Amino acid sequence: MEDKNYLNDLKEIKEMMSKSSQFISLSGLSGVLAGIYALVGAYFAYKTIYFDTSTSGNYSYLIISENAVIKLFAIASIVLVLSIATGILLSIKKAKESNDKIWNATSKRLVINFMIPLAVGGYMGLYLIEKENFALLTPLTLIFYGLACVNASKYTLGDVRYLGLSMISLGIINTFFVGYGLLFAALGFGVCHIFYGGMMWFKYERIK
Amino acid sequence: MKNIIQNINKAFDHRIRLGIMSVLMVNESVDFNTMKEFLGATDGNLASHIKALEADAFISVEKQFIGKKPNTKYSITPIGKKAFQDHINALEKLLSQK
Repeated sequence: MEDKNYLNDLKEIKEMMSKSSQFISLSGLSGVLAGIYALVGAYFAYKTIYFDTSTSGNYSYLIISENAVIKLFAIASIVLVLSIATGILLSIKKAKESNDKIWNATSKRLVINFMIPLAVGGYMGLYLIEKENFALLTPLTLIFYGLACVNASKYTLGDVRYLGLSMISLGIINTFFVGYGLLFAALGFGVCHIFYGGMMWFKYERIK
Repeated sequence: MKNIIQNINKAFDHRIRLGIMSVLMVNESVDFNTMKEFLGATDGNLASHIKALEADAFISVEKQFIGKKPNTKYSITPIGKKAFQDHINALEKLLSQK
């Protein structure tokens, strides 16, 4: 009888420690969907860049018209907004199912720590666009997004850390192949999101 | 065997107190409302357990105002940390002996 209580105590200690330090309602499925949006976005970006009549040059070295840049910016923004909205909605759903609040101390901490590297990266990205230095845009975006994931992973499911490390690696490799930004963006934001999101969904959500 | 039992701390012999200590082990400081949310306890119940742990010097209390609202933050003391760690170790040892 006593033993069972001790075991329960230990279980409760462990549960409370992770519940109070990590936001566990992050939805893996939203990662998969974000990856799919990114791939669809990459497809449209590919069409915009390489089949736009105003574009000249070959695959790895080309000159993009201003019109195409605006179009790419619009595609990227739509993918971003859709991904964030999906992430929030599915996490709210997951939190409701496990009777957790979506906006609590742990999710606040997660968002703040995710936003710090991401905001710096966003600033650097805009700076590069303003200076019309597009070659380093994708590596930089991948690296800062990866750093944001690694930083945020302490406050949520551990898989996010590996997503971040993969993004950083892709970003660094991309610096050796600067003309292939779109391909690396599709690999990172598309394939990696689908892979890790799928893994998280498989591990934490599917069983229920 | 007797040694282990001694390390089982009676002060932690309650779900809420166990919860408070667990939360404070992994968080630098936590305010009253957040603690309430984590543990799913009522105001009075939580306050009385906090008082008991404070009396044992296991947790420390910091009162401040955010605007006009009073805000009380709790954190674990070194004594509390050690006592709770001993408690966890004792629980684990007791279970592994079976």
